[in-house]
Amino acid sequence: MSGRLGGLLRRKQVSVPLLVLVVLFVYALPMLDLPIITTTDSDFGGVLFDAASYALIAVGLNIVIGYAGLLDLGYVGFYACGAYTVALLTEFHGHWPFFLALPAAIVVTMVSGLILGAPTLRVRGDYLAIVTMGFGEIIRLVITNTHWLGASQGIAGIPPPPSIGQAPDPANGVAGGLFQVPHLSWSTFPNVIDVGHETPFVGFGVADAIPFYWLVLTALFIVLIADRLVKNSRVGRAWEATREDEDAAEVMGVPTFRYKLLAFALGAAIGGLSGSFYATQTTYVSPDTFIITLSELFVAAVIIGGAGNRWGALAGGVLVAYLPERFRSFSDWRMLVFGVALMLLAIWRPQGIFPPRRTRRVLKVEAKIEALEGETASV
Amino acid sequence: MSDTTTSTVTESGGRALLEVDNVTIKFGGVVALDEVTFEIREGEILGLIGPNGAGKTTCFNVMTGVYQATSGQIRFDGKPLAKMQRYKITRLGIARTFQNIRLFKSMTALENVMVGTDAHSRVGLFNALFRTPLHRRTEAESRERALELLKFVGVDGRADELAENLSYGDQRRLEIARAMATRPKLLCLDEPAAGFNPAEKQRLMELIRNVRDEGYTVLLIEHDMRLVMGVTDRIVVLEFGRKIAEGAPAEIRDNPAVIAAYLGVEEDDDAAS
Amino acid sequence: MTRKPDPMHLLLHQFPELTITGLAVGSVYALIALGYTMVYGVLQLINFAHSEVFMFGTFAVAWVAMAIHGPNSRSENLEQAAGILLLGLVAAMVLSGIVALLLERVAYRPLIKKKAPKIIALISAIGAAFALEEVMGLRDRIASAFGLGQRLSNYVQGARNPYTMPVTVRPHPLFSIGNYKITDVDILMIVAALLMMFLLETFVKRTRFGKGIRAVAQDPEAAALMGVNSTRVVQLTFLIGGLMAGVGATLYMIRIGSTTAAGGDLLGIKAFTAAVMGGIGNLRGALIGGLVLGVVENWGIAVLGDSWKDVTSFVLLVLILLVRPSGILGEALGKARA
Repeated sequence: MSGRLGGLLRRKQVSVPLLVLVVLFVYALPMLDLPIITTTDSDFGGVLFDAASYALIAVGLNIVIGYAGLLDLGYVGFYACGAYTVALLTEFHGHWPFFLALPAAIVVTMVSGLILGAPTLRVRGDYLAIVTMGFGEIIRLVITNTHWLGASQGIAGIPPPPSIGQAPDPANGVAGGLFQVPHLSWSTFPNVIDVGHETPFVGFGVADAIPFYWLVLTALFIVLIADRLVKNSRVGRAWEATREDEDAAEVMGVPTFRYKLLAFALGAAIGGLSGSFYATQTTYVSPDTFIITLSELFVAAVIIGGAGNRWGALAGGVLVAYLPERFRSFSDWRMLVFGVALMLLAIWRPQGIFPPRRTRRVLKVEAKIEALEGETASV
Repeated sequence: MSDTTTSTVTESGGRALLEVDNVTIKFGGVVALDEVTFEIREGEILGLIGPNGAGKTTCFNVMTGVYQATSGQIRFDGKPLAKMQRYKITRLGIARTFQNIRLFKSMTALENVMVGTDAHSRVGLFNALFRTPLHRRTEAESRERALELLKFVGVDGRADELAENLSYGDQRRLEIARAMATRPKLLCLDEPAAGFNPAEKQRLMELIRNVRDEGYTVLLIEHDMRLVMGVTDRIVVLEFGRKIAEGAPAEIRDNPAVIAAYLGVEEDDDAAS
Repeated sequence: MTRKPDPMHLLLHQFPELTITGLAVGSVYALIALGYTMVYGVLQLINFAHSEVFMFGTFAVAWVAMAIHGPNSRSENLEQAAGILLLGLVAAMVLSGIVALLLERVAYRPLIKKKAPKIIALISAIGAAFALEEVMGLRDRIASAFGLGQRLSNYVQGARNPYTMPVTVRPHPLFSIGNYKITDVDILMIVAALLMMFLLETFVKRTRFGKGIRAVAQDPEAAALMGVNSTRVVQLTFLIGGLMAGVGATLYMIRIGSTTAAGGDLLGIKAFTAAVMGGIGNLRGALIGGLVLGVVENWGIAVLGDSWKDVTSFVLLVLILLVRPSGILGEALGKARA
């Protein structure tokens, strides 16, 4: 059964429209007012923004941990780097538009990844985690102590990205954006389209996080596609070989150090990308945000999802961001529950929820079954 | 000295491909290799033998850049290998297998071989990301060549199997395919028959001969004397880090120093197996 | 250099003070570091939750003081407070030891049994650390849930805020070096760390249990074949780490007098730095690493200013790992040095 279903799903006429539907659904998610998954205690758009940001981070960190096998416990440093580059360029030291500051942030974090990676990646496995953690903490402490970087008070008033059309300003009755997208509301059934509650399309304001969610989601999809292209290439093979057996890889002609550095820099760039969105959405950055605990959360997201599998990492990121928000009614208890859940998850599924390669093996078995079925059918 | 730097034409017809010139290696106070000199000629199968601890693997490691020689030089194609990074040595044309199989376990057999073919690839991040014609062409060529190699060593049909799920013999053969994929001029096999039964050894001998016939030069480190005697053109014998003999298999078989050092012990082993 | 007082001058002027207080603080780092180093030596795991083991110890001391002395705060000499502190020490060692054992049982043992990759144990430990910190941070809620909120209010009130010990220790100057008067608290801290180090090393070297620890650290499988119960050894290792953290917690409370639920984190990282600096897995290394870190950090304060204190220790950590990854003394729990 599952074999036939799998075969059906892999046929292009089925898989492409299905993928489009899934993508549309994910975009529409904040408008649908779905029961159960919609968070009741906190703004669902904001929660989705966080979830998408964490997913983006997890996919980026998965390149470092999952593909290249480098345990990076200082990833928050790159997240901070991206956020601060945007904060400095759009507010503190300049008035660049966000979409100009964004590529700058990516470049800055990528370069800082190269600078931090070049000396540290020669350190062997166990210590790499600590060195990166040290660097992450150094970045935070340097920010805290440097006036040019806003010091411990942080930087406030970071502008949102420019909107198409007017910027939303609900207080003065300006909806803003290109056009308005109405939400659904099931409580007013059968009039489910709630024209009183609309979200501007490409209109970024403080009141509504949903346009930011769409922005991150778009970035996430682009990164996922790029991730797939790079993974299924010589580069991905070199990473995997390096992770499996560094010496053997080197002997097979893989410049392992260069590839580790590449993974580190790419991971850093994606962390910076996510940090940029964070800065522009929350309008405020402060060193207190970028603590070690956040790095630990990011690593946890990748590992519980299944390191090495981009969908696993993505799911892990979403879970880590979403679960504490969904259960906000426990309010104070949520971090306790989260800690226990993390521990139980590690013990229950050491290989992660979605371990890599497993899918491939399953697909292969399905393909075989399908081939056999095909043969018997033709006979 | 001058006769080794210029490419000498020898009786087996090949020019010296790899020259080990007066190489000494010390670990702390222990001398692992003591002024060892020999050469590997193009197109031959050279056997490197010796009792355990004779320095075979050390010799092997210094050739592939794992260790640095304390003194002396190793030249490949006339170029000194000292301080060269390992992946560059591979790109220059030396490939090796490992005594204790070191495949990339979580990758498929095909991917394992493709890592080898990638050694000469010019595809980087940019080409991969934008799926340039270069990427597409290289990838297709890589795949095709990898499949050919899998067929050549006899692991075809299991190309999409994870390396760790292959049988022991297939894993050993896959290692040879992966090494050959780097397009080496010299292929170094480190005890490829370890753990093989006689029938498998027979197949391996044929495979090694086929490899040579494809135009590769082969260095073979092996314990099994019957296999070494049966397949090599020349043999170098090490004992306690020194070269004690060099010559054709028949000469080595009759060399009293070799018999004293090695064959006496080894023949007991052979009789037992 | 003319704008502020010359930092080098400041360093030289206050050199004795900075060094002695650095050694005192370093003693706490060293005692926590012993726990990291023991567990790493035996399991090759970074016990991320060890900082929480220490944190529980600090609360144990404060609670004992609260129970005996009551909520009115008072400052006492070291001798006057000795009784409370001794009871506090016992309580801290017991509580930290229990938490460490619990941690081993719940967060580690199932994974060791499954032979899970190290990184998973790290995640499990991170989860455990979150949970332990939250349990302490939510102790008021937990107490109320059991209907004990009123009766325990002195112990659980404002669970997220700093919790101050009602009895604070007033250091008493003993003699002076340069212009710094060395206090009894300074001496106590340094001597206590040296003493614990000595006891632990004797234990590991001389006793049967110690030999078991060394055997498992060297080669777990061979040790198992020789009849060493490795589960018992791992338990013991965690317990010792917990006991040492308890001693460190007591010294910390004598000097600082106040703690928070999140208070273990930074000290944990510092202590880990110390363990790595000394060569993780090496007992003496942990001691030396802790003392060196404490001193260098203090010198750093004089030269760079107070706000750069933590940067100094992290830069030191990174530099040492890059230059000499096996630490000052090298790694060696299983080897002759331990």
